[in-house]
Amino acid sequence: MSQTDQKQPTPTSVEGPAGPPAQRRPDPAAALRPRSLTQNSIPWWVGLVVLAAAAVLGAALSALISFSIALWLIFTAVSYVIISYVVTRTRVNRRKATDGFWKNLVYLAFIVALLPLVSVIWSVVSVGVPGLLEPGFLASDMRGIDGSIDQQSQEEGTAVLGGIRHAMIGSLLITLTATLISVPIGLMTSIYLVEYSRGGTLARAITFFVDVMTGIPSIVAGLFGAAAMGWFLSTANSLGLPLPSRSTMGITAAVALSVLMIPVVVRTTEEMLRVVPNELREASYALGVRKWRTILKVVIPTAISGIAAGVTLAIARVIGETAPILVTAGFVVYTNWNMFQGWMTALPVYIYRQFQNPTSPNFSDPSHQRAWAAALVLILIVMGLNLIARIIAALFAPKKTGR
Amino acid sequence: MTSSDEPQSSPTAVSTATRPQASSLRTSDSPGVFGDRVFSTLALLAGVTILVTLAFVALFLTANSTGAIHREEEGWIVGQFVEYAYPLVVGTLIAALIALVLATPVAVGVALYISHFAPPRLSKSIGYVIDLLAAIPSVVYGAWGMSFLGPALVPVYAWLHQYLSFIPLFSGSPSQTGRTILTAGVVLAVMVLPIITSVCREIFIQTPKLHEEAALALGATRWEMIRMAVFPFARAGIISGVMLGLGRALGETMAVTLVLSPGLLTASLISAGNSTIPAEIALGFPEAPPGSERQAQLIAIGLVLFIITLIVNMTARWIVSRHKEFSGAN
Repeated sequence: MSQTDQKQPTPTSVEGPAGPPAQRRPDPAAALRPRSLTQNSIPWWVGLVVLAAAAVLGAALSALISFSIALWLIFTAVSYVIISYVVTRTRVNRRKATDGFWKNLVYLAFIVALLPLVSVIWSVVSVGVPGLLEPGFLASDMRGIDGSIDQQSQEEGTAVLGGIRHAMIGSLLITLTATLISVPIGLMTSIYLVEYSRGGTLARAITFFVDVMTGIPSIVAGLFGAAAMGWFLSTANSLGLPLPSRSTMGITAAVALSVLMIPVVVRTTEEMLRVVPNELREASYALGVRKWRTILKVVIPTAISGIAAGVTLAIARVIGETAPILVTAGFVVYTNWNMFQGWMTALPVYIYRQFQNPTSPNFSDPSHQRAWAAALVLILIVMGLNLIARIIAALFAPKKTGR
Repeated sequence: MTSSDEPQSSPTAVSTATRPQASSLRTSDSPGVFGDRVFSTLALLAGVTILVTLAFVALFLTANSTGAIHREEEGWIVGQFVEYAYPLVVGTLIAALIALVLATPVAVGVALYISHFAPPRLSKSIGYVIDLLAAIPSVVYGAWGMSFLGPALVPVYAWLHQYLSFIPLFSGSPSQTGRTILTAGVVLAVMVLPIITSVCREIFIQTPKLHEEAALALGATRWEMIRMAVFPFARAGIISGVMLGLGRALGETMAVTLVLSPGLLTASLISAGNSTIPAEIALGFPEAPPGSERQAQLIAIGLVLFIITLIVNMTARWIVSRHKEFSGAN
């Protein structure tokens, strides 16, 4: 303050007349103001001190019950929140304390949400990687693997035999068929909604029921697939058509998955078609191009990146579905390439069966190892698909300068 | 809706402009007219297919479930079915309720973190990380709950039983494997968390900047700003997010099937027992012979589940659409 007082003549002489000099003299209120702003905050290192105190307190409290890392972390978090509230409340004021309290809780919620993610990935990777590295895990199916082989590998440490070839082939076939069914229907529906309907009753009904369809439980979709195919086959058989009598086969699962997949495809592609600038359509019409050719040659190519990304996300969603395939396609131990005959295993169903009904009930470790490895493969597939979708969407996105 | 209306008007404008001089052009373009007609019919058919499919879902489930409430020799046996379905419905609701009670506060917190607390540059990638939770298949969650979470919760259940057994929820002998409805609820909570988070995040981000800045300019702290500007704006969005999460939790099959060791309906959350509709179907359906009464019974409870989730989801959508109209969010 004393330094600025001494330099005062120089700036005033440069700036010229700037008001009465009495105003520039430091009055007591102005001198207090900067200090009052910093007065109500606490130095940054207090947070660390509180954290250390909370850690010590947490360790003490958890030692009172029975010490474990989880318990220690919980007590540390709780005591950190409480202590920092009390410190801010006594040192600053109630409002700042409440603000800090809720801020801590929000950060805590984020950490709590990350815990299961880390835990799931850790549990899958830690058990799954050794199983994945077993020779022939990806290249063999479960034919000829029985309880005695698993018992031997658990007791004598021999290699865990058996693999997921049949399950991967089944998943691939079923998902591919479901995609072939859903993408045309979904894409054409969104074209109807965006290009043809004028917001009429039918369009509104479709939008509403697509929303409803997104919420169908996957098991109900499976029941529908089984019931519909059973009805269809019994009708066809009574008419004398040469069709299989049992509805348990790959195509039934594909139908069930389509029920889950169509709404996802409709919603994503509809969004993408709506982003296509109207100027493009109008330019095409102005050149005398028919509407259907405009849609095929202008609208869809412009939106293709978004559509591809949406379809990839839809595939990623249904490839992890277990329940509809379990009730429609069943499970077998050998590879089945035929979608229209016989039972078929998908990767999620394989995981489920290996956990729920281990090959050897008393020696379940090999089964669990296979299941975790299969889970790792499934997660890698799903996350890979998600990544591909994001890359497609980012790389081939249309330029938005037209808007 | 404007995007679909404008292209409609432009071709008619073009054709009326060209009509006087070149009527021969129009007559020679009959393949184009045909293509237009085929294409629009296909698009319409695809839309109708979806409605028909949904109608078929309801129809087939209803037709196949009549065996559960009516038999040739016994007549109507609605009472018997209700007796069978009631514990399953209650079990499903309990599991979903546990999931929501655990997930909602965390999800709102995470959404707030992403929208208002995290460094803006990071918030998008943090959103991706939370979306990863949704990318993990349900059967993997089930396996995780069965092999890791369940055993980890066994001491917690023992402690709850020791000190809180006067509450009916924690009475009964605690499970030694941790495969209880509470564990299933925790796993379901993890699974619905990303759904609620993403809905809440969307709506929190849409809060008018002016409201937030006005609150801050009046000297509100960040929490007071959130309470006064963000929450009133986002209330409907939070509710609908929770409803969507509820729909997911009600219909989730595999996680519950793997985690829970099913049994009769009990009030105790920490001992083995209870079951949910999806788990019952997943366990029973592969073993039920086609066309049997057992299969009809399972399809009937599937129909019950379908109706429950339908009501929940439609309520959620209704709240969202009602909110959209007056918020001016889009």
